[in-house]
Amino acid sequence: MVDVALIDHVFILAAILFCLGLVGVLVRRNIIFMLISMEIMLNAAGLAFIAAGSAWGQPDGQVMFLAVVTLGAAEVAVALGLTLLLFRRYQSVDVDNLKELRG
Amino acid sequence: MLDWLWLVPGLPFLGFLILFAGQGKMPKRWTTLVGVGSVGLAALVTLLIAVEFYGTPEAALTYRQTLWTWMEAGSLKPGFSLYLDGLALSMLFVITGVGFLIHLYASGYMYEDEDFPRFFTYTNLFVAAMVMLVLADNLVLLFLGWEGVGLCSYLLIGFWYRDPENGRCARKAFIVTRIGDTAFAIGLFLLFRELGTLDIQDAMSAATATWPRDSGTATLIAVLLLGGAVGKSAQLPLQTWLPDAMAGPTPVSALIHAATMVTAGVYLIARTHVLFQLSTDAMQLVALVGVLTLLMSGFTALTQTDLKRILAYSTISQIGYMFLALGVGAWSSAIFHLMTHAFFKALLFLTAGSIILSVHHQQDIFKMGGLRKALPVPFATFLVGCLGLTALPPTSGFFSKEQILNAVWSSPTGGQLIWAGAVLGAFITAIYTFRMFFIVFFGEQQTEAHEHKGFKFHVPLIVLAVLAAVGGFFHLPLTSALPHAGHDHVPLGVEVTAIALPMVGVLLAYLLFYRQIPALRQLFETGPLKSLAAFFYSGWAMDWLYDRLLVKPFVALARWNSKDLVDQLPAVVSRGAALFHRLLSLSQNGQLRYYVATMALASLVVMAVAVYTG
Repeated sequence: MVDVALIDHVFILAAILFCLGLVGVLVRRNIIFMLISMEIMLNAAGLAFIAAGSAWGQPDGQVMFLAVVTLGAAEVAVALGLTLLLFRRYQSVDVDNLKELRG
Repeated sequence: MLDWLWLVPGLPFLGFLILFAGQGKMPKRWTTLVGVGSVGLAALVTLLIAVEFYGTPEAALTYRQTLWTWMEAGSLKPGFSLYLDGLALSMLFVITGVGFLIHLYASGYMYEDEDFPRFFTYTNLFVAAMVMLVLADNLVLLFLGWEGVGLCSYLLIGFWYRDPENGRCARKAFIVTRIGDTAFAIGLFLLFRELGTLDIQDAMSAATATWPRDSGTATLIAVLLLGGAVGKSAQLPLQTWLPDAMAGPTPVSALIHAATMVTAGVYLIARTHVLFQLSTDAMQLVALVGVLTLLMSGFTALTQTDLKRILAYSTISQIGYMFLALGVGAWSSAIFHLMTHAFFKALLFLTAGSIILSVHHQQDIFKMGGLRKALPVPFATFLVGCLGLTALPPTSGFFSKEQILNAVWSSPTGGQLIWAGAVLGAFITAIYTFRMFFIVFFGEQQTEAHEHKGFKFHVPLIVLAVLAAVGGFFHLPLTSALPHAGHDHVPLGVEVTAIALPMVGVLLAYLLFYRQIPALRQLFETGPLKSLAAFFYSGWAMDWLYDRLLVKPFVALARWNSKDLVDQLPAVVSRGAALFHRLLSLSQNGQLRYYVATMALASLVVMAVAVYTG
């Protein structure tokens, strides 16, 4: 049971984690690192859910976290497949190669 | 026998379809058989119908035949329905009878032409449309025929299309008549809005029931219909197209631009005479248009040198007499003059065609001269035609013109001044007719001529000459269709003047152009009379005036507007869309990380908005 007074700290931690993940996605060109950064963002969101659920004594927070984990697993499965295709095509994992869909 | 009425427009139309399907590949003999035969059979059917028609008592002389409903839109239900009465029958006589003779003549005249089948395709369609026009029982169907004959007129004026000048003449005829047709169409819309029907008989009886005498609406509609009639019949101010229409083959000039189509305006006014009777102003306008036109074109004809143009101006002038007769309420006299004019003018045109063919397509009368001995048959028939045109007794033209002049004298919309104009017109008619006659047939022969002989050339000329001579004795069954004017009693002096002046005109022409009295000639070849003649020669400079007033400004406007100024406003929308398209497609740069950044930024914005406004 997290103390309600402490919840701000957890949220700040979750926000920091989320921003780190976002910055990672934005600045890294290696697709593997981008995926890892996205996992960090997902888990930051998950942390916020857990903390909030715990603070207000609601189970919904944990339910949402389970959903986030499932979603993350599915996303990684697809993303890794795409990564493999990207590598086969360009012999590199740099996402900046993927800009043929210009308008 | 009346059941066969549909055959009268049907047969020429069938002929048109056969010739059209033949695509000009049929042998010439078959083409002649179909082209001339279809009109001949239509004339025969008309004759059979007329026999039965004359047999019934005249008061009940109407017959209606509904073929099918053309279209249905609300209360507007125009049918393909034919309506036969004395007026329509009189017109049918002229169209199929004179039309058949002209077709027969044309089968000889046009035989050498490489487009011989095309000629008969057009003329058969013309006869079908013209018959449709006069038999229509509603104004919508009448308008169909009206436009049909206009189309055929255009096609036939431009028949020799390889010369661009002929194409110009055809376009001019089409566009000028279109101005009148627009007025006609607006008149029809107005009539339908006011009365709710376009069936001619219903509309006419509704008109008398709805509108009081001299009501504004009736006057407006009558004037709009007059606009259509003026365009089709080449009256002031839309007369400029007819002289140029002479670019077509001569049988066409005889058929369309003398005997039938140009008189459609007269028919229209006679058919809707109830409307015109409601409005004194409209009647007065019709009479004024008639008398001004007949004088103007009479003076113009005096100075022309082209044989066909003289005849064209005299046609305008004679139709002016018909309009004058309509304007003074002498309805049956107008139709009577229409018939006699069809006889003698078709005769004059066909004879002119024979003359022109004999002197190798020379149309300038001053380059002919002395053709009396070389062309005996045309000489005789031309003389009969000239006598008819001059209205000397006892030719057909005399009877019809006398009726008109007497009616003008005693009518409230006529009067002595208009009568004087009409008699002056008759005087001028005599001068220009016999000027043409003496110059062509007497004097020194300027060019060699060999006559085209044969059945196809001579029979139509002789039959028409007989008709032009005795046509005045025909009794047209008009009493049921048109109000009877009655016999106008005019002072003896008036009648004598009207008969004597044309004779004086012939005498003057004899002195001027046969005896060639030098003093008289000098009078016309020097001084102010000469410049006046030049003014007349140009058709009172009407072409020049219209060119400056209408054509040039329109062309300038079209050139100025060649970039479609009105389109600039809607173009703002399309230009704006294109600009946004370019801006938005810049954002689609394919950079995955850029997309992520914009998504994050957009989410931030949305959340900020939600937080601060919520």
